[in-house]
Amino acid sequence: MSEAKKTPFYEKHVALDGKIVDYSGWLLPVQYPKGLVEEVHDTRKRATLFDVSHMGEILVEGQDAEAYLQKLVTNDLSGMKDGAVVYSPVCYPDGGVVDDILIYRINDESYFLVVNAANTDQDYAWFKENLSGDVKLKNLSPEYAQLALQGPNSEAILQPLTAEPLAKMKYYHFSKDVAVAGVNCLVSRTGYTGEEGFELYCLNDDAAVLFDALWESGKKHDLNPAGLGARDVLRLEASMPLYGHELSKEITPLNAGLDRFVAIEKAVPFNGQEALKQQKQNGLKHKLYGLEMLERGVPREGYPVQAAGSEIGWVSSGSYSPTLDKFIAMALLDPQIADSVKAVEIMIRNRPYRAKFTKLPFYRREKL
Amino acid sequence: MKYKVIDGLRYTKKHEWVRQEGGVAIVGLCDYAQDKLGEIVFVELPDVGAVVEAGKSAAVVESVKAVADLYSPLSGTVTEINEVLLDQPETINQDPYGEGWVFKVEITDEAELGNLMDMAAYEEFIIKEEEE
Repeated sequence: MSEAKKTPFYEKHVALDGKIVDYSGWLLPVQYPKGLVEEVHDTRKRATLFDVSHMGEILVEGQDAEAYLQKLVTNDLSGMKDGAVVYSPVCYPDGGVVDDILIYRINDESYFLVVNAANTDQDYAWFKENLSGDVKLKNLSPEYAQLALQGPNSEAILQPLTAEPLAKMKYYHFSKDVAVAGVNCLVSRTGYTGEEGFELYCLNDDAAVLFDALWESGKKHDLNPAGLGARDVLRLEASMPLYGHELSKEITPLNAGLDRFVAIEKAVPFNGQEALKQQKQNGLKHKLYGLEMLERGVPREGYPVQAAGSEIGWVSSGSYSPTLDKFIAMALLDPQIADSVKAVEIMIRNRPYRAKFTKLPFYRREKL
Repeated sequence: MKYKVIDGLRYTKKHEWVRQEGGVAIVGLCDYAQDKLGEIVFVELPDVGAVVEAGKSAAVVESVKAVADLYSPLSGTVTEINEVLLDQPETINQDPYGEGWVFKVEITDEAELGNLMDMAAYEEFIIKEEEE
């Protein structure tokens, strides 16, 4: 293993007394002194700042960029406008997942992709292997820093730092070359928390200036730092998939219930299309469900789930939810059994704990 | 030092503490351990009457992010458990050496207490562990 990398915000985390851990080869704070639970509340009620510089960025350019991406991703990019962001899984021909990514359309010949940290190299290799036509790839990950500003106060914090009219920026849209406190940024109204918020990308060299400006502006709006621990719980509450948990080489987007991000009838054939069609026709062996514990116990990844004494699947992600004050889990279960029972048992240290089905997402923010 | 330790208690290398009260020992989790774990959301307790063994898992403490075994510092029969923890597991975070005690065990072998660290030794132990 190579030595873990530091993001440009490393010194800030240390100064804020963050608990640093090695996450996918990056030294990042798992939480700050206020603690994970408070960081989740801060995000839902006020605003928090996350260092997500570990995420990878890949630029796809060329006349055939759109056609190339259409073959790679499961979602349909044909109707995409400049300045839009689309979420999509990327599949292998067998329907297994390479990664799930965000696609930012700068124009029809230029797309900015955001990929998972742990998968950046794997993705880049896969994208290269699939190159066709006039397409150039550039792995921008080593040069770019990323901050996620999340929570209802986000806009109030960010707006004073830029001339860009943020109120006009719609969910899953972005602006490029936006000056934020004088720093050139790509700003999108996106996030991985289920909350209102923005993600900002800038060059590593400008990262400290951007951080300090946001921090200063945030003082008037209860901005707090938040770590990876809170981020994971927030995304679970919002039922957003995490690669390695709800998606993997073995778990397809259909297993994960991501049907609306799989354009199964897309006119352009894409990697995994036939396999996913087959899977749909044959019926899913596992499907994603939401569970809520009926007795106190923490459901965790990998715990078996039983119904009527037989195993029907496993917990893909589970935690205490500070927002709901409940123990919740997403689980991949055999739908033939899961759809015919009202409750299941999650095996925690070989003892069954009762859980009931609940609709996903567990948490949905109130839209104004 | 960042972590609270208390004079008069005995300590294990797994960060459990023991307070002797006559023939019974009260067992809990040290401040160091609760700080490392973060917000505790669930505690699995032994049954009263259960026989626990020194060095073997006797309870489970879970924070949002982690699962930790609480190893019994002594061998013997559990005489009492702290049922408050079932509904308010965060009591361990708030008062690890007091209201956050976990269980009581009948002392069967006084010599086992001698194997545990006193405050000074434990303090030194934490400092070393922190350096690593």
